[in-house]
Amino acid sequence: MNDSKLPHDALPVPSRFDIAKHLQAVPRSGIRDFFEIVGTRKDIISLSIGEPDFPTPWHIREASVYALDRGATAYTANLGLLELRREIARYTRESFGAEYDPGSEILVTVGVSEALDLALRAVLNPGDEVLYHEPCYVSYAPLVQFAHGVPVPVATSRDNGFRLDRAMLEAKLTPRTRVLMLNYPNNPTGAILAPDNTRDIAAFACEHNLLVVTDEIYSELTYDEPRCSIVAEPGMKERTIFLNGFSKAWAMTGFRVGYACAPPDLTEAMMKIHQYTMLCAPILSQKAAIEALRSGGNDLATMREAYRQRRNVLRKGLEDIGLPCVLPGGAFYAFPYIGDFGLSSQEFAVRFLEEEKVACVPGSAFGASGEGYLRCAYAADLDDIREALRRLAAFAGRL
Amino acid sequence: MDELLRLLKTNARASAADLAAMLNLSEEAVRERIADYEKDGTIRGYQAIVNDDRLDLDRVQAVIEVKITPEREGGFDRIASRIGKFPEVESLFLMSGTYDLLVFLHGRTLRDIAAFVSEKLATIEGVVSTSTHFMLKTYKTNGVLMDKEPTDERLKVTP
Repeated sequence: MNDSKLPHDALPVPSRFDIAKHLQAVPRSGIRDFFEIVGTRKDIISLSIGEPDFPTPWHIREASVYALDRGATAYTANLGLLELRREIARYTRESFGAEYDPGSEILVTVGVSEALDLALRAVLNPGDEVLYHEPCYVSYAPLVQFAHGVPVPVATSRDNGFRLDRAMLEAKLTPRTRVLMLNYPNNPTGAILAPDNTRDIAAFACEHNLLVVTDEIYSELTYDEPRCSIVAEPGMKERTIFLNGFSKAWAMTGFRVGYACAPPDLTEAMMKIHQYTMLCAPILSQKAAIEALRSGGNDLATMREAYRQRRNVLRKGLEDIGLPCVLPGGAFYAFPYIGDFGLSSQEFAVRFLEEEKVACVPGSAFGASGEGYLRCAYAADLDDIREALRRLAAFAGRL
Repeated sequence: MDELLRLLKTNARASAADLAAMLNLSEEAVRERIADYEKDGTIRGYQAIVNDDRLDLDRVQAVIEVKITPEREGGFDRIASRIGKFPEVESLFLMSGTYDLLVFLHGRTLRDIAAFVSEKLATIEGVVSTSTHFMLKTYKTNGVLMDKEPTDERLKVTP
């Protein structure tokens, strides 16, 4: 009998496959846990959505439709369409004062999420330490671990406005520290860095020869002060991987398109991983991105103004309820302190959901120092925000 | 444009309290500014945007291009103001290009519109010619699409 004709039960079956050890060490995302609780509910108001509630502006969608119509269905260059990289170069020059060569210093990625992964995998050796602020976006520690690095969170709190400063970083520095990751405006706290903060952190990075990976996906969404990027500080461009994308500014989350800007050797290293794992970002998304950068200025202004108004409403509402909340200077999140009710942030969020049918993400999903807070996203309808505030007042009143 | 006006243009029913919270102003300040705008004629009224096609109305709408001879004194304005006084005229614009005035008009029947054009409009001294177009369906008016766009179901929680 030929081996290939063996019945299935006669085939040797391995008892189990081991999951890679460094992956086993990574916990599931706290947001995912919460998602599973929320996912089963109907008729809830959700302030837990980290994406714009606007549809992508029509002219941007239309650019993608037009490209599809014209048969744009092929691979692009690994780095991304040159036309798009040129637009990115113009945009980063005009908006951030950073000059990048479209030929060798810009890589178009599948969202900033991929770019972060590429950046870390391109530079980390096993055991290298990565400093980053906490609370932070859920992927930071896992991505460092996937790259065999060691995540070293630096806890921030409402006392310092969730900003990093030099002393906090110095305290966590070791000879193995290699990278500093930044995300301002910040998810989940809405914090932004002040210019003097930025200067201090830049000086710290230079002095200790650290590479800075700066995730500026929310850079278009600042409400009170003009944005400032660390990449514009003297001497920083050479040691910075600058990450940005289209998801938040132009409400393009589902297009999955972002980019990394970095000196040529770093770009080349990231590109090596990107070309073998991803090949290129989807061409229709790249076409849409070109349109966003070319003619999307008004969209930004309109959406920014709408977010500003929602932020004002949410912050005033939280204040009226008596929940302390640092004024979110950017992104679309408020991060009120709820630690005085004797509940963990997970318990608070679950009970708030069960009793009032409002979903907010527990702060602990964003790292240990997020315990005691609640992330309320205001990328939501104003009426929903107002109703959620009424219910939060009722809920807090009962605690 | 003042952000307050922009908000009222999108939602004229927004309460002073809501507007105040959105703009970080006091309710009193919002009320005063609205009152000032009403007084100085910047705000000319508040209307609902109704999708007439959903109503079983005996109603016809037309757009009329009107060529006129401008007058030595008064230019286009005197004739325009005369046309504008008819209640069936909904909107009226002075245009550049091959005609001068664009008139948006409604009536109960085609005959109503025809009568208006031949008896009232064309007989005004200075009106040289008219060209009437009937509207068949409204897709978008006052910046609002008449059919609600289907929105994709967003995930309830995202990072």
